[in-house]
Amino acid sequence: MKLLAHIGTYFLLMKRTFGQPQRHSILYRQIMREIEKVGINSFGIVVIISLFVGAVITIQVNFNIENPLLPTYLVGLTVRDSLLLEFSSTMMALILAGKVGSSIASELGMMRITEQIDALEVMGINSASFLILPKMIASVIFFPILCLLSIIVGLFGGYFACALGDIIPPSDYIEGIQYAFQPYYVSYALTKIIFYALIITSVSAYFGYHVKGGAVEVGRASTKAVVQSSILILMANLILTRTIFS
Amino acid sequence: MIEVKNLFKSYDGEFVLNDVSAQFEPGKCNLIIGRSGSGKTVLLKSIAGLLEVDEGEIWYDDHKFSHLDTVTKQKIRKEMGVLFQGAALFDSLTVEENVLFPLDMFTPQSRKEKLDRANFCLERVRVTGSNGLYPAELSGGMKKRVAIARAIALNPKYLLCDEPNSGLDPETGIIIDSLIKELTEEFQMTTIVNSHDMNSVLEIGDKVIFIFQGCKCWEGSREDVLKTDNEALNKFVFATSMAKKIKEP
Repeated sequence: MKLLAHIGTYFLLMKRTFGQPQRHSILYRQIMREIEKVGINSFGIVVIISLFVGAVITIQVNFNIENPLLPTYLVGLTVRDSLLLEFSSTMMALILAGKVGSSIASELGMMRITEQIDALEVMGINSASFLILPKMIASVIFFPILCLLSIIVGLFGGYFACALGDIIPPSDYIEGIQYAFQPYYVSYALTKIIFYALIITSVSAYFGYHVKGGAVEVGRASTKAVVQSSILILMANLILTRTIFS
Repeated sequence: MIEVKNLFKSYDGEFVLNDVSAQFEPGKCNLIIGRSGSGKTVLLKSIAGLLEVDEGEIWYDDHKFSHLDTVTKQKIRKEMGVLFQGAALFDSLTVEENVLFPLDMFTPQSRKEKLDRANFCLERVRVTGSNGLYPAELSGGMKKRVAIARAIALNPKYLLCDEPNSGLDPETGIIIDSLIKELTEEFQMTTIVNSHDMNSVLEIGDKVIFIFQGCKCWEGSREDVLKTDNEALNKFVFATSMAKKIKEP
């Protein structure tokens, strides 16, 4: 029953979120602010994690397929496909759920307990649309850019591992990342990250928006937002993979 | 004028508001007083439309607020200024942006006109030279004054204040009270102030409503408060030993 109540409240919040925005010029300004908060501020973490993960995948793949019968370019191919199919979309979404999701939940939670959301409501402003819609739009626009960035940086990470770690010749690695390339994998990754962007922002906003109490509850909401978003991302991953590949 | 008729509100079967009826007149400071947990904030939030009442009617002049469609409700809300207990200024905006906020949202004025209006409101509440500061950089009293400036930016007909001087020293509290009184008379607003501060009652209470355990227990002027026979109100007003000495010399 509690789960049904949560689902019902979530969809009611989404209905209000997608209601008529107050003013388009203000919505645009809000989206720009959110792009900076949600997107640009996540550049650093995406670059660092992708670079190291790309390098580590390269080392591990090479270690596991060390066989004279297997061509070395397979390392590059495996790194590329790992990044495209799972890491840069799903794993990156889990990382962003931690960074962006907790930030959204705590921001809205603090606004709720300090009555800033009430202040918007009494002014006659649809607070859900005003606060949540720009975050959702910004993340839908910017998460795919972060995903592409992660793919590129991850591939560079693999290259550096080859060049600096004497794993396989860099030329073989480059051949591998070009071999049997399926452009479809990129659109698959981008489709997934758009769904994840919606999950992260809406679920985190839901938990933050409905905080009751004080600072402890804001912390709890933030944790719940990350945990629930992560679970939903993994479930969505399974459903999307099954749907898209069938 | 704001009028509430037979308001009932309960949480988990326990009444927080029990058949409360009252009239709040324009151009006057209407004070709702009572102990903590007596139902004052629930009443004010119900009047502001932030809480749904179980039963009863809330009237803003000729509009039955509790039964209006969303669009008309939003129109009335634009005529409403609310001062929250914690000021509720937007953290991410500066003082000036906070006051500009309702103007940006609801008026088609030029940038210059809006800035002029925001500066006028800030001057009116005696906050000058702090336009670029963020709420975190302000004192409690200044936050309240900026919140009042934001509340009056759109020239509201109704001003609702929830414990405007809570957390402030008595002197700053009286400054805030006087400001609310001045603005109420100047703009002929219907002002409702929630308070448990006797200084406020004696300073600005044109009309005083005493809420006790969710019921309207007493109504009168600030002069009557000191002479009443109402036992619950007497206990509330003369709670301190010093006040008791004044009452029974």
